[in-house]
Amino acid sequence: MDKILFPLIGGILIGISSSIILYVFGRIAGISGIISAIFNPSIKSEYWKISFLSGLISGGILLRLVEPNFFSYSIGENSSVFTILIAGLFVGFGTQLGNGCTSGHGVCGLPRLSPRSIIATITFMLVGILTVAIKNFLGAL
Amino acid sequence: MKIQFISFIAGLLFSTGLVISGMTNPNIVIGFLDIFGDWNYSLMFVMIGAVVFNFFSFKIILKKTPLLTSAYLIPTRKDIDSNLILGAAIFGVGWGLLGVCPGPGIVNIALATKEIILFIFAILMGILVHQLIFKGIRGEK
Repeated sequence: MDKILFPLIGGILIGISSSIILYVFGRIAGISGIISAIFNPSIKSEYWKISFLSGLISGGILLRLVEPNFFSYSIGENSSVFTILIAGLFVGFGTQLGNGCTSGHGVCGLPRLSPRSIIATITFMLVGILTVAIKNFLGAL
Repeated sequence: MKIQFISFIAGLLFSTGLVISGMTNPNIVIGFLDIFGDWNYSLMFVMIGAVVFNFFSFKIILKKTPLLTSAYLIPTRKDIDSNLILGAAIFGVGWGLLGVCPGPGIVNIALATKEIILFIFAILMGILVHQLIFKGIRGEK
């Protein structure tokens, strides 16, 4: 059930959160767009993005305090500094160029049946699959 | 104050959803993208939960006017351009390299390791590079 029930509940929570953002602020809860707001902190209509980010960070810290087992993994510990930098640069640049990530295009775009989001989601899924396949083929980078 | 509070709560909900679902664990994400290996299908149910929930809730919400703003500000473009595909593909490479997309990246700041800090720093640099190239530093979306 861990592979179905928890993901399903988590997904519904993500749905509830993005529905709140849409109903209250009239906006799409796209995390990559929300992150980019920190470079325009003086724009008043973007303030909600900063508090959303604070909630996202606080949520992680609180959950780790309550249940450390949720975070019993490491990120990039077996990767080189170069790989981590490239991964971050590509995630940052790519989501801006493509106007969204897993949340904006996936969680919010697919339910609206947006053709751009459907194409974007298919593209980053396929390229992600290919990247993992190549990485496995070449051995750990 | 009300705005800040609501979006902070939405951020908390979003991060809780990401953690409960397993999206924050890069091993699960890589397992999900590794369709040629030992495929971990669990994240499919995150998408199903979020997308199905939003499919119905967005339909209801978009019939009303938003609570704290006069109109919905959601993407209306329908054209598929090269930036969309290229951006999604670049994001897909970054996502596949570490198994972390923007939302889980932010939540994983709770790990407080130098790797996650480096990754977040690189994401911000990627966003900044895009803003410098395409919009000028104070450009608005």
